[in-house]
Amino acid sequence: MSSGLIFTNAGVILFAMGIVGIILIRHLLRRILAFNFMGSGVFLVLVGLPQRDGVVDPVPQAMVLTGIVVTVAATALALALLRRYYVLTGKLELPQDDEA
Amino acid sequence: MRRMFVILGATFFVAFLIGSLFELEPAAVSLPTKVADNMAVSGVEHPVTAVLLNFRGYDTLLEIAVLLSALVVILAAGIDTSTEVRPSVDPVVKTLARLVAPVMAMVAIYLLWAGAFRPGGAFQAGAVLGAAAVLLHLSELIAGWKSPKVMLRLGLIGGFLIFLAVAAAMLVHGALLEYPLDWAGDLILLIESGLTISLGLILAGLFLFLTRDDGGRV
Amino acid sequence: MNMETLFDLLLAFAMIWSAWRSLTVTRLDRAIVMFIVFGLLVAIAWVRLSAPDVGLADAAIGAGLSGALLLDAYGVFKRRET
Repeated sequence: MSSGLIFTNAGVILFAMGIVGIILIRHLLRRILAFNFMGSGVFLVLVGLPQRDGVVDPVPQAMVLTGIVVTVAATALALALLRRYYVLTGKLELPQDDEA
Repeated sequence: MRRMFVILGATFFVAFLIGSLFELEPAAVSLPTKVADNMAVSGVEHPVTAVLLNFRGYDTLLEIAVLLSALVVILAAGIDTSTEVRPSVDPVVKTLARLVAPVMAMVAIYLLWAGAFRPGGAFQAGAVLGAAAVLLHLSELIAGWKSPKVMLRLGLIGGFLIFLAVAAAMLVHGALLEYPLDWAGDLILLIESGLTISLGLILAGLFLFLTRDDGGRV
Repeated sequence: MNMETLFDLLLAFAMIWSAWRSLTVTRLDRAIVMFIVFGLLVAIAWVRLSAPDVGLADAAIGAGLSGALLLDAYGVFKRRET
């Protein structure tokens, strides 16, 4: 198993963990953490998958570089909105409808 | 009940995806050879920098625009101020920050210049600059940014404007972001310098605009 | 199985384990610290994937700045841990 393939698999597992976290976790700050795990999983797949045969590919590395910076901006934006929500309502979870 | 469905679905998804990963054929188009063939006309010697600023420069231009939009929305979301008294910072931390910040600025300039030959470039340099600004703020040597003044605003949008100006100038001569051969290296360095300063200020602003002090402690 | 593959497997396992702990631990500040640990492990993974530019950027931005932002937000919510 080349190292590219190992990290691609790890990226898939992280992505799945991130999605499950976003769906099931109610606390909004933890949802932001799960969103970051999803992003890291996708980046690992993007860089690791072309390397499964051992050739280093610079194009997805450039894309992931862009992606990391955009992810931190999105996280900062999400945190700003969360802080505003906390100041306005005092809660850290979105209001839930009754579920069966 | 819902949890069971979601976790089961995610497990199947992971199993199928990992199973299919072992049966992939080699790619039809080999991008590394295409990049290596065109490295001579790109103006730099490091393939990732060439892809980032020359072959796919449009993506980088749009990315810096996205960062600016995120910063504008953060400013619009509102800054909550509080005047709670926080414990003051240890003077050892302040001295350390004063010693380390100029070294970080030097590392950032080196990373910017080295991006043409080695791993480095505008994003890494901007990240180090942003981290230096956050460090200085956390050791209370820089106040939080309450409202951006003219110099700060110019610094924030300067990188994007330089990039846009170069792109527009190239549009007059030919296609968008197609550098002439003997100017490619210098244009890339110019764009990267603007990007470094802007990116450092934007990343620092993501942290410093949200801070809660009233700006008067320094 | 040579040493490099073993190292990669250990690193991948450590990444998944720290991500799992970050999502499931009860105290929020521990979750954020595990997230920073995860970010540093991913930075090492980028080096193993021959992507040093991405590793530099992820260590500074993904682990450092993101962690600082999250801890700052946690300081606002400090009395509200779930």
